[in-house]
Amino acid sequence: MTEPRARRARAALRLAGPAAGVVVLGACSRRAPSTLDPHGSAAARINGVWWLMLALAVAVFAVVGGLLLVGAFRRPRGEGDETAGGRDGPTDTTWILAGGVIIPTVILLVLAVDTVRTTRALRAAAHAGVEHVEVVGNDWWWEVRYPREGVLTANEVHIPLGRPIEIGLTTKDVIHSFWVPQLAGKLDTIPGQRNVLRFKATRTGTYRGECLQYCGLQHANMGFLVVVQSPADFATWAADNAQPPPTPSDPLVAEGEQVFTNQPCAGCHTIRGTSATGTRGPDLTHFGSRLAIGANAVPNTAANLGAWVSNSQDVKPGNLMPPIPLSGEELRAVVAYLEGQR
Amino acid sequence: MALTEDRPSASAEIDIEERLHEAWAEPAGIAGFLTSVDHKRIGMRYIYTAFVFFFIGGIEALIMRTQLAGPNNHVLGPEQYDQLFTMHGITMIFLFNTPVLAGFGNYLLPLQLGTRDMAFPRLNAFSYWIFLLSGVFMYSSFLVGHAPDGGWFSYVPLTSRHFSPGVNLDFWGLGVMFVGISTTVGAVNFIVSAFKMRCPGMTVNRMPIFVWSMLAMAFMVIFAVPSVTLASALLESDRLFGTAFYSAAHGGSALLYQHLFWFWGHPEVYILFVPAMGMVSTIIPVFARRPLAGYLWVATSLIAIAFISFGVWVHHMFATGLPAMAMAFFAGVGLLIAVPSGVQFMSWIATMWRGRVRWTTPMLFCMGFAFIFLLGGITGVMVSVLPFDWQVHDSYFVVAHFHYVLNGAVVFPIFGALYYWLPKMTGRMLSERLGRLSFWTMAIGFNVSFFPMHILGFLGMPRRVYTYSSGLGWDGLNLLASIGGFLFGLGTALTLLNVVVSRFKGEPAGPNPWEADTLEWATTSPPPHYNFDRIPVVTSRHPLWDQPELAYAESGEEEATRAYGLTGALERQTPISTGLDAAPEQTMEIPRDTYLPLLVALGTAVIFLGLLAKAIAVGAVGVALAALALVRWAWRTEEDLR
Repeated sequence: MTEPRARRARAALRLAGPAAGVVVLGACSRRAPSTLDPHGSAAARINGVWWLMLALAVAVFAVVGGLLLVGAFRRPRGEGDETAGGRDGPTDTTWILAGGVIIPTVILLVLAVDTVRTTRALRAAAHAGVEHVEVVGNDWWWEVRYPREGVLTANEVHIPLGRPIEIGLTTKDVIHSFWVPQLAGKLDTIPGQRNVLRFKATRTGTYRGECLQYCGLQHANMGFLVVVQSPADFATWAADNAQPPPTPSDPLVAEGEQVFTNQPCAGCHTIRGTSATGTRGPDLTHFGSRLAIGANAVPNTAANLGAWVSNSQDVKPGNLMPPIPLSGEELRAVVAYLEGQR
Repeated sequence: MALTEDRPSASAEIDIEERLHEAWAEPAGIAGFLTSVDHKRIGMRYIYTAFVFFFIGGIEALIMRTQLAGPNNHVLGPEQYDQLFTMHGITMIFLFNTPVLAGFGNYLLPLQLGTRDMAFPRLNAFSYWIFLLSGVFMYSSFLVGHAPDGGWFSYVPLTSRHFSPGVNLDFWGLGVMFVGISTTVGAVNFIVSAFKMRCPGMTVNRMPIFVWSMLAMAFMVIFAVPSVTLASALLESDRLFGTAFYSAAHGGSALLYQHLFWFWGHPEVYILFVPAMGMVSTIIPVFARRPLAGYLWVATSLIAIAFISFGVWVHHMFATGLPAMAMAFFAGVGLLIAVPSGVQFMSWIATMWRGRVRWTTPMLFCMGFAFIFLLGGITGVMVSVLPFDWQVHDSYFVVAHFHYVLNGAVVFPIFGALYYWLPKMTGRMLSERLGRLSFWTMAIGFNVSFFPMHILGFLGMPRRVYTYSSGLGWDGLNLLASIGGFLFGLGTALTLLNVVVSRFKGEPAGPNPWEADTLEWATTSPPPHYNFDRIPVVTSRHPLWDQPELAYAESGEEEATRAYGLTGALERQTPISTGLDAAPEQTMEIPRDTYLPLLVALGTAVIFLGLLAKAIAVGAVGVALAALALVRWAWRTEEDLR
């Protein structure tokens, strides 16, 4: 594992300058979804732009800030005529022309060229081996569809490592914005429009994603997870998820299915292979295999699920799922049923 | 026009003072308050009212910082947090930054131009009343428990009737149109005053740099505000009358709203910022004790910013999926606008380089401004770089960036301006010791609060979230930001204390405590209602430095010169001059105190109330009241035509 060490060494070299804290925190808080710890092609490319800009920024800040301080504290020669000021140093026009026009223009040209080159690279479409995912923003969760594989899920985007990914972004209601800091820049979901986000993931793992456009009460809890898998694991996952889950044999689980389909649950949620076909809320087929509940509001455990089903308003106030009045046994059955949906 | 250095003899002076007092008397007490058209009273009122909103908006910010000080806090629920962050933005932009600069402009423009009032004194009073009433209108939303909660930018379709059925967003949509009236008429007044009210000899290239900045700001307002008025009018039309301008399902467009909003919204950043730059370019030379370096460069760059600012709006829409080619153009313009800012930086450096700086509180605030703006400007260039913006857009990095430019780089000059000009307004100096303490508390608090937010952005923290989970590496930085926020608030409170104490204990200021160069320092502190008993004549950009004895114009018989000398002041007249060379052209009567501006403003407020309540009868009453008062306003009686 020399690679992380090399990266740490590079980071140490960059410690100089006002953004030192960025590097330190970016490196040590392992769990932060940091843009400075990229594992996607687009995020890595943008990270390169950032380091170039930081270098320029530190230089500009040091030079201009230094001149401000020297200018403010030095005593000009040729005093005596106080209102006219001293007569030493560059003329006013030299200062302004060189420092205010020529040098900034050169720096900005460098940035402009880098902007255009990077933008073209990030927008370029791949032609072969593209994995297509459709993500639909909803108040306040994400529907995730794989048209080719026939998979429908929510708040969890599985993608294969190394293959070009195209995520089509649309919305059912208001504007949301899809962002996975470690993989790629963000892109909005706009009514009446389909935007396409392109990148490749460069390391397997689970990455945190968020809604970045203010979208109402639960904008703060509209997260999702991106699971980057090896192409073989991804193929297995997709094949499993394309099939309806097996019919429950355990009596508690079978009772749970009864509760689910007879109670209000089925009015909003679908579980393929059952009579639950609601479409307002997330599709819950294979729910048991998911990592989190309520758009990454809480981890997917039986206890959290029980609390969520009985009154999700305590967990995520303002979300569109009403409290479900179930008896203790019904609740246990539903939880067992949903957690068994693997 | 004859020039004279003569002053009236002692006995005549007493007589003249009485007659001047009589000519410029305003009713005492509340009636005077409601009817005054004196630009100085209106200017100070603007400043005081805006500061009331500043402290309200600041308290809102501190409540939010308390909620965000730790993960999963329960100080506020999502509903309350959304209303607070929306009202904080609305307050700081519409009810503090814009009007406080208008206040300084109103107070200073006629004094710096060497005239007796603004071009349209009654319109000036009207614009203040509209500002006050629109602020009260928007804040009354808290009384009914439905403050706007769609963000200060109120994006559709979130703010459409379908997703925001309450009256909350109507307070926003109507309020924005309402306050826009004030900004627009204020801008008209600034433009006409700058071009037509200059004293003899003040050619365009001798105009004080602060006046240039107000002029550039006013032109931006004239072209930008109609766009936000249209954006909110179409939104209200969708909400109140069921049209579908922004509904994609019915052939409308949600992005249309964003284009309209940001066509105003981006220039608005510079509308707030350009007058602040003008203040800095006024204050630094005074304390460096030499003229501003590259006056023409600085004036030109202010105008250049005004132009270029209209080509940057898409900068706020980089993540909406627009075509790359179009976005690259806007990214380029966004980078370009850094050049005129660079010019001003170099001008300030060159000014200090060849001068000897006196370290007063106003100067400290200008230096604080320079460092904060340097950092905010650099991050501004960064967010213009399209791909980088895709990462940081709508994250806390952007919160950090725009607080560096809109809080740091605007509020610091405003506080500097307060320390610099308040002695002129009240006749009393502020305490330097308390001023320095306030500056350092604000400077440290500001950076402790906002610098960590850059890092939070990189760590993936989104804007406008009412809470966040622990374990993401965000906790410590958020706590730090909250501590800094309270420190910053304390610093601003120290200045408030300073202002209050100085009213009773401040040293008398005298006419020119800073040995400054512009005409407002040629008259007493505070100035009389008529500003100058005779209109000054200038032969330099820095009359008080270059003209040891300031010359005054004598009144003549003809229309063009009647207003210049004492007779002009005695008859409430002020001269109008030609646009470029400030040659005598005409004489203008300054209207007397009147209730008309207040009545038209009240009528306007009733119209907006009617729209809010969807009550046609109420709206009709408002229209009638405003129309009657306007007719009376325009009616010239025998007395007016005297």
